[in-house]
Amino acid sequence: MTGRGGLFGVLAEFERKEDLLAAARKVHAEGYRKVEAYAPFPVEGLAEALGMDRTRLPWVVLAGGLTGAAGGFFMQVFASAVDDPLNIGGRPTASWPAFVVIAFELAILFGGLSALLGMLALNGLPQPYHPVFNVPRFALASQDRFFLSVEADDPRFDPDRTRTLLAELRPVGIYDVER
Amino acid sequence: MTETRRDPGNAMDRLIRGAAAAGLAGAAACGAAAVTVPEAFFPAYLVALLFWTGISAGSLAVLMLHLLVGGTWGLLVRRPQEAAAGALPILALFFLPLLGGLETLYPWSRPEVVGGDELVRHRTPYLNAPFFVARAGTYFGVWAVLAIALRRGSLALDRTPDPAAARRLRFLSGPGLIAYGLAVTFMAVDWVMSLEAHWFSTIFGMIFMAGQGLSGLCAGVLAAALLARREPMAGALTPGRLNDLGNLVLTFVLLWAYTSFAQYLIIWSGNLPEEIDWYLHRSAPGWRAFAAVLATVHFAAPFFLLLSKRVKRSRRAMMILAGGLLGARLGDLFWQVIPSAGAAGPHLAWTLPAALVGIGGFWLAAATALLRRAPLLPVHAPGTERLFASEEGAHG
Repeated sequence: MTGRGGLFGVLAEFERKEDLLAAARKVHAEGYRKVEAYAPFPVEGLAEALGMDRTRLPWVVLAGGLTGAAGGFFMQVFASAVDDPLNIGGRPTASWPAFVVIAFELAILFGGLSALLGMLALNGLPQPYHPVFNVPRFALASQDRFFLSVEADDPRFDPDRTRTLLAELRPVGIYDVER
Repeated sequence: MTETRRDPGNAMDRLIRGAAAAGLAGAAACGAAAVTVPEAFFPAYLVALLFWTGISAGSLAVLMLHLLVGGTWGLLVRRPQEAAAGALPILALFFLPLLGGLETLYPWSRPEVVGGDELVRHRTPYLNAPFFVARAGTYFGVWAVLAIALRRGSLALDRTPDPAAARRLRFLSGPGLIAYGLAVTFMAVDWVMSLEAHWFSTIFGMIFMAGQGLSGLCAGVLAAALLARREPMAGALTPGRLNDLGNLVLTFVLLWAYTSFAQYLIIWSGNLPEEIDWYLHRSAPGWRAFAAVLATVHFAAPFFLLLSKRVKRSRRAMMILAGGLLGARLGDLFWQVIPSAGAAGPHLAWTLPAALVGIGGFWLAAATALLRRAPLLPVHAPGTERLFASEEGAHG
């Protein structure tokens, strides 16, 4: 357990998802914001309990979709009306109905890509190193245990008081996380 | 307890009496209109008939869809939709006045058109008055039989929990949806497409299916939101379930926009004389503006509003949105019928409201009466046990 020195935070281990949910609510209510929860499967209500119900991702996707649509549309306008005016059956060169399909497809493509890339960027991924893995018991987070970590960066963090608070929330273990 | 029980009943009683009275007044105005200005009356009457039929048949379709796929969202709109679908036999009666206007509306029923038009003459084995009426009777028969059978089974399930009966309802819904789809397709061809002498479009039935599904769903959401002023609906219509219903409304909005635009794109690209007529009849400046407004209120505005979780989770916002979309549905049917019937005259300003109220008054009275006679939420239908469970796990 030799990390790079310093305390990253405190990790509490729980046996039941109900205990994790209750602990998350309590810690959030106490004013802690740099809190992360780990569970082997999606726990409904967990994100809300940690105050993470609002995400900026939809706006990223909307912006990506609109960019794709506008880009696709004007690419076609440029190609068949400006750069090389193309007469198709006597229609105006910039005939919008024909351009809608490509614009729509590019909106989907850019929307999908910005959902993926935006999700990764907002999550701070990929992240090859994370201190919680310094706690050997943390491997159980992908099996049958639930974890809640409070990070030392949190303004309310205090090694002793935070430990005391977590100890009241029926954990089966509390560990210091080395950086 | 008795007070809260009696109160909505009284409100419904008042609604039934008021709607029936309005229906009578509207019907009287319709009678006057049919005699004095038939060329402005019958197209308006067709629009009104399509509007109310769309809500009823669309409710039936969403009902069967929910019986097949399940989820708690459908239980909230089930009783309003069963009531709306239950009004279909009355709408069958309101089809009959249309018979007086066949020659006013349809080129294929005018001897002088049939005589001078080879193409129309070749269509007469299908497009003739007796067969037209027989087919309309078949559509209403299919819908009404399905509506009555589903409502009977659903009410029987309220009295005794019976998994076999619930399974039978699901078993009826699969073939029922196919029968519904065929009936709507033929209805759209008969009643609306044949307003034009030559025009055809293969996606036409699908546009009406999307529109009817949207009508039925919006009417259900509107009714559920109004009923949610009191228990039990108040406790069952949670923000999470409103969100589910909002997503479904968004799906139908997209389906309508997709099919409507696909028809336009294909016909515009082909630019063939026998197809382009329909859009030429809608290319006068006034109709162009109408199309722009329709694209906004039937697609763009609800699309962007329904992207927002805040809108989808608010009972008030969803009520306004569902009401607005029903208005947009009326606009779409106006757009489908009036330019083809060639009757956009000033008299429409009173014949259309008269027809809407004349049919709608009786429709609303009948649907409300049906709604009164059953518990507002299903009692033993699959999924009801989750209705008042905690929000956690209540999705889907």
